[in-house]
Amino acid sequence: MVTSITSFGRSGLYDWMMQRVTALVLATYTIFMIGYLLFNPDLSYEQWKDLFSGTGMRIYTLLAILSLVAHAWIGMWSVSTDYIKQAGARFVFQSVCGLLAFIYVVWGIQILWGI
Amino acid sequence: MLVSVYRYNPEIDDAPYMQDVHIDIPGGKDIMVLDLLQLLKDKDSTLAYRRSCREGVCGSDGMNMNGKNGLACITPLSEVVENDKLVLRPLPGLPVIRDLVIDMTQFYKQYEKIKPFLINDTPAPAIERLQSPEERAELDGLYECILCACCSTACPSFWWNPDKFVGPSGLLQAYRFLADSRDTATNERLAELDDPFSVFRCHGIMNCVNVCPKGLNPTKAIGKIRNMLIQQAT
Ligand code: SF4
Ligand code: SF4
Ligand code: FES
Repeated sequence: MVTSITSFGRSGLYDWMMQRVTALVLATYTIFMIGYLLFNPDLSYEQWKDLFSGTGMRIYTLLAILSLVAHAWIGMWSVSTDYIKQAGARFVFQSVCGLLAFIYVVWGIQILWGI
Repeated sequence: MLVSVYRYNPEIDDAPYMQDVHIDIPGGKDIMVLDLLQLLKDKDSTLAYRRSCREGVCGSDGMNMNGKNGLACITPLSEVVENDKLVLRPLPGLPVIRDLVIDMTQFYKQYEKIKPFLINDTPAPAIERLQSPEERAELDGLYECILCACCSTACPSFWWNPDKFVGPSGLLQAYRFLADSRDTATNERLAELDDPFSVFRCHGIMNCVNVCPKGLNPTKAIGKIRNMLIQQAT
């Protein structure tokens, strides 16, 4: 058993499943967005605003943002534990990733509920 | 033909270097790489490499031949030589002791970690623990591993984390005991593997399958361990 406190869920299985579930959410969100844009070629600002005013869409978008952040964190954590051998540099890298993730979440919520 | 061999004797050399040797194969025959090494050694007896069985059974002479890991004794020149040239290097990713001889401590440590022996706390029967032919068949494709390390030293995940990631060879053996109907330590074994490194550092690159000289499939075994972990958790 290798114990590692900076991973996402602490268990390898949990991280692995999280990675799959979040990928699924991101895939459906991307397909939905592409589909929506394709079916509405002459999209107006009002229409766009309406779309994001619905609670359903807000929840879905927030879910996508959280999925993106979790997915990116697990991925970047793996990359850093593979390639950055110096513990100090790895910690700094992981901290920057974590901070950016947090900023994106807060910023995303602000945009979504600011509409 | 031209053979380029990795040479390094830490007692004499400051740094490893490649030694180029032109060599004529007697009779132009398609000999094994191990036979070629013997020819090289006849010329220069300081060349060091491991070998024992010379028939693909002991797993001693794993090395990197023109970029691909394999056993020198069962690899004919025709399979690896390109443009009349052969580059021989030690298995990548582990410390070199001398020339083609590597220090396999880290590899064996991972093997040790997975407890490569039957664990069964129930009272032993008078003669032996029996298996049905079907139960025995579960071990096919697993027990044949000769621990040559060709797979683990071809795996990028093992290169980056040889102390944390068990590696394809060790995981194949881990599954060999998980799949054994006589073993009763399944849950303890799985608990040992459920961290972000031991099993889950495998990204399914399949370098291991590509090089295994015994034709085994560690990636498949790793997938089965993962499925067991999922089943246990959900
Ligand atoms: S499939 Fe997994 S164990 Fe095999 S080489 Fe790739 S990462 Fe390594
Ligand atoms: S799985 Fe194949 S390549 Fe890996 S150690 Fe066993 S025999 Fe060698
Ligand atoms: S010498 Fe035994 S496997 Fe090659």
